[in-house]
This record gives sequence, structure tokens and C-alpha cells, in this order.
Amino acid sequence: MTPPLSFFEIVWLARWPLLYGLGTTVAISALAILGGTVLGTGLGLALTYGNRAMRGIARVYTDVIRGTPVLVLVLASFYILGTVGLDLSAFQAGVLALTLFCASHVGEITRGALQTLHKGQTEAAKAIGLTFGQTFRYVLGPQALRLALPPLINTAAEMVKASTLLSVIGVAELLLRTQEVISRAFHSLEFYLLAGLLYFLVNFAIERLGRYVERRVSLA
Amino acid sequence: MTANLLEIRDLRKSYGPVEVLKGVDCDVRAGEVISIIGSSGSGKTTILRCVNMLEEFEGGTIRIDGEEIGYSTAGGQRKRKAEKEIARQRALTGMAFQQFNLFPHMTALENVTLGLTLVRRMGREEARALGETWLDRVGLLQRKDYYPAKLSGGQQQRVAIARAIAMSPRLMLFDEVTSALDPELVAEVLQVVRSLADDGMTMLLVTHEMRFAYEVSSRVIFMNGGRIGEEGNPREMFAAPKTERLAAFLQSSRFN
Amino acid sequence: MGYTLNFDAVWRNFDNLLWGLGLSLTLAVVAIGIGCALGLILAFGRISRSRLLSVPSGAYVTLFRNLPLLVIVLFSFFALPQLGLRLSKANSFVLALALYSAAYLAEVFRGGLLGLPKGLREAGLAIGLTEGQIRRRLVLPVMLRAVLPALGSTFIGLFKDTSLAAAIAVPELTFEARKINVETFRVIETWIVASGLYIATCAILAALLRRLEARLAVSR
Repeated sequence: MTPPLSFFEIVWLARWPLLYGLGTTVAISALAILGGTVLGTGLGLALTYGNRAMRGIARVYTDVIRGTPVLVLVLASFYILGTVGLDLSAFQAGVLALTLFCASHVGEITRGALQTLHKGQTEAAKAIGLTFGQTFRYVLGPQALRLALPPLINTAAEMVKASTLLSVIGVAELLLRTQEVISRAFHSLEFYLLAGLLYFLVNFAIERLGRYVERRVSLA
Repeated sequence: MTANLLEIRDLRKSYGPVEVLKGVDCDVRAGEVISIIGSSGSGKTTILRCVNMLEEFEGGTIRIDGEEIGYSTAGGQRKRKAEKEIARQRALTGMAFQQFNLFPHMTALENVTLGLTLVRRMGREEARALGETWLDRVGLLQRKDYYPAKLSGGQQQRVAIARAIAMSPRLMLFDEVTSALDPELVAEVLQVVRSLADDGMTMLLVTHEMRFAYEVSSRVIFMNGGRIGEEGNPREMFAAPKTERLAAFLQSSRFN
Repeated sequence: MGYTLNFDAVWRNFDNLLWGLGLSLTLAVVAIGIGCALGLILAFGRISRSRLLSVPSGAYVTLFRNLPLLVIVLFSFFALPQLGLRLSKANSFVLALALYSAAYLAEVFRGGLLGLPKGLREAGLAIGLTEGQIRRRLVLPVMLRAVLPALGSTFIGLFKDTSLAAAIAVPELTFEARKINVETFRVIETWIVASGLYIATCAILAALLRRLEARLAVSR
């Protein structure tokens, strides 16, 4: 009989699965944030400057996505895409769901930031003869970005947290890897604490980075 | 000569390194109306706030009817009184603020009755009746169920005065009660203050309304750099200021 | 593809979905109740001048805002028994959601406390109220009215978060939906109805909150 392994010995033995899990978590979050930001910015522009039809479609999209729990989006994406014959992996279906979710948030943030800007800004830009494109590029965009930065960073941290939901559809990100290790080696308390610590560190880093960037671009 | 209702002796107060009151003495007899004037930063408002213990002060004493306010001195040791005791003493004076400070979640009447029920321990009905009497007195009985946000600045200030006076304080403190008001609303508030003065209410008012101070005050105190620069009968003081400072101050602010 | 929509199977199980929805709402209500009490204590702690109170309160908020809810949920159910605290599935979920929400509610309340009109406390002092009376009669009611919109959106968020209880097999709406999905294979119909229920409930809650706000508005 060998003596039972200590927690730290198990962590060492399981270091590669756990690190792959962490890497997967980061990859999921990064892809969702990236895709969500691109899609969401378009959504925000449609919500603010679109014609009636565009605004209507964008509004329905954001309201539906924001009214649905992320886990339901993840499950629906996973099960429905398979049913309609789109052969996506769990990873792809999960990332798609998080991207759609992220886009709805970024869309609202973009709209909020653009609408907060004083009407006088557009008028002043028009008065010196800028086109709409130029107005957006040089006047509105930079100001809106500064306003939107804090909530955007907040959204990024939310996406990291939401990435854990992909464990439910079997994507081997950090949380699922942790559960797998626990199922073989017990120590659930210590391993959940470890996972919690890793998530905390990732999010804390995002938060710090966000504050730093915010200070750098601040006009005050 | 009647005993002093309010007695301030050598009042000293600093904000960090800045000394705002450098030893103020002042006696107020019952029924007196005293206006404190002076440029901003001269310490006028701070005196009122010390009397109501909204500010701590480091030196001197304040007495109302002989009772020491805020601190007790025993065996050379100066100690802040217990919070409950200070709350009771605060209710000896009523205060009206520049920004009215009505409780935004209560109707005009509820604003007036809160102190009556909680501090004066009156029954609901009695408090209500008294509150209505005072709202009537300031001309706002019809507005008793309005929330502050639905009242004009002048109306809010009148409610605030009713709230203070309903507590039957020994002394009323008015802290620039018209400074935050639009010009056309000033008169209705001054009218209320004047009628209280006519009733013999003892009051101490900080004001920028020189004409009003001239008309209602039995005495005027001119604050200058944390000290009393000059004090006396408004007629004499305004007609013939003894100090250069007061002359300059009156010059710059007379009747505007 | 050849998939034709057929809601029969979903309607047959509709009662289960409604019971699940009821449980979701119950979980959210109990959690926000506990979360508010804890959040209020944390908020007063954070604005306290004593570092002994402000530092731990701040640490709690930072920690729980940066942890994924699912990690807290799994920890509460699987790891707490190791510390001798064995709760039922529903109770352990409520505990997790309450601890999580307290961090967000603390921020909401702190904002409310810092945004109180400056003269409110002084006006109370001036008529002779004690600190305790001022807190109960003035600070709390004015603050709660001011934060009501934020409180409402937090509650709607928590309601959506109850979907995570499905991960530990609490039979709330998402769990019931997944069960129907797996048992009947009416995948698309199931998720349309489930997310429809979430969206409708969120919309109804939002409308109720708007009415409540209008009734309690300080500016009547």
C-alpha cells in the first residue's frame, strides 16, 4: 500500500490537464470577446444611427439575448445547431453562444456611450464641415471609446466567468478539468479553491489592466 | 437686564491648519434678532454650525440658558457629551439651511412632524395638528401632501423653516436661507422670517440681504477674518461704520 | 434538413416548465433577500472610517466579483460538506447565489450611500435625531429609493443566474428544459419555449419594477 497522495502531489501530477484547461478558458474568452466586440460595435451603431428597420432588428436581437440566461444560450446553441445539421464541436457551439451574448452587451455599451455624447459635438463637427464618417472617426469615436472602456473591461471579466458554463456541455476548460481531477483524486475543497484562485487571478489582472488603460486614455 | 439666552465665550475653531474662528464672544438675550454679516470665509456660518454642534470646536464655550452645549468641562478636562445628550441639545435650537435640506422621501407635513414624533415624543394626531398649524403659518397648508421635489425653492425653504420652528426651539438659526433662491422667491421667505421676528422669536441669522438685516435686526455683527470686526445697532453701523473693513464691505454689498 | 416544428411534446410538459420557473423565481427572491442584508452590512463596512471594517468588506467585494458563479455554486454544493456544512441542493445554491449577489449589492448600496444629499444627515441632526434614527428614518429610505433601479436590474440578473442551479440538478426552469430536450428530442421547440419564458418573465419583472419606481419616486 502506498500512502495516499497529498493535494500538492496531485496538483503536480495533474498540472498539464489543468494548464490545458486554463489555456482553453483563455482561448474561449478571447475569441468571444473579440467576436463579440466586432459584432457588438456594429450592433451599437445600428441601434444609434440605423434606420427604423435596422434599429428594430438590433433591438429585438439585444433584448432576446439579454433576456435569456447565458447557460440557456449555451445549451440551446449546443443542442440546436446539431439538430439543424450544423456540425459544430461543443467548443465551437459554446464560443458562438458566448460571442452572441458578448455582442449584445457591447452593443448596449456602444449605444449608451454614443448617446451620452452631447449633441453639440456632432453639430460642432458638422459646422466645421466634417462628413458623418469623419465626425465619427475623429470626434465621436474617440470620445465614446473612453466612455465605454470601463464597462467593456467589465464585460471582458464577465466573459471569463461565463466561459465556465461551457463545462456543462463538455468543453474541457479549466472548470471541467478541475472536476475531472476531483472525480479521480477527491480533495474537492482544495481543487475548487485552486480553480477559484486561478479565475480570480485572470479577472483581477483584467481589472488592473483596465484601470491602467483607463488612466492612460483619461482626459482629466 | 434679563439673563442671556445664548452665551458664546472665546469660540475657537480650525479646519486643519486654518483657523476660522479666532475667539468669538457673543451674548444674545431672549427676543433679540441678530444678523451676522461679512464676506465669505469670515466664519459667519461656522458660528451657527457650532451652536448646533454640526461642527466640533476646539476652544471656548457655548451656553444656552446657562447649559453648556456639546462639551462638559470637569477638572480641567474637556469632553464631548454623549451623542444622545447632544441630540437633545440640538433640539434646543432650530436651524434652517441654505440648501433647505428637506427630507426628499417625505411630504411637507411629514417633514414637519418627524421631529415632533421622534424627538418631542408627541402623539401622531397632536404632531399632525401642530404641523398643519405651522404649515398654515408659512402659507403652505394646501401643499402639505406635496413632496419636496414638487415645491419651488421658496416653498421648500418655508417648509424647512416650519420644520425647525415647530419643534419650539429656544433659538432659531438661519444660515443664508435665501442664498440658493431665485431672486423672485426671496421675498416670500424673508416675509416668513420677518413675521417670526415680529412674534419675538430669538434668532441668529447669517445673511447677505443687507436691506433685510438693516430692517429686522436689533443688532448686527460684522465678522472679519474669524473675529468680530464690529457690532451694534444696524442704523448706526450702516450709517457710520467705525472700521475701514466694514465700510468697504458695505460699499461692495449694500442693498444688492 | 427536414425538421418540422412540433410543439406538442413541449406543451405536454409545460407544467414542469412552469414549476421550474416558479422555483427559479423563488431561488432568486430568497437569494436577493439574504444578499441585500449582507450587502448592506458590507456597504456600511466599506464606507466606514475604520480600516478594520473597510478593508475586509472591500476584499470580500473584490473576491466575489471576480469569481465565476458556477465555481461558487459547485464549491458550495461539493466542497462545503468537506468542512462539515451539508446543505440540500437548493439551499446550497441559494447560499452561493446570496454570497455572490452580496458583492454586487454592496456596490449598489455603497453608491447609494455616497450619493445621498449632503444636507440630509445634518437636517436630521438639527432637529435632534440620534444617529440611529437618522440611519433608519432618513438614510436607508432615501438610499433605497435611489438605488431601486439598480436593485431591480440586479434582481433580474439573479433570476437569470438561477439557471446555473441546473448544473447541480436543482429542478428549475433550465433543468426542466434540458430534461424535455433529452427525453423528447424536440430540441428547437424546447429552447424556444424555455428562453421565451425567461424573456417574458424578465420583461414582466422590468415592467413591475418601473411601476414600483414610479410609485416610490422621490419626485412625485
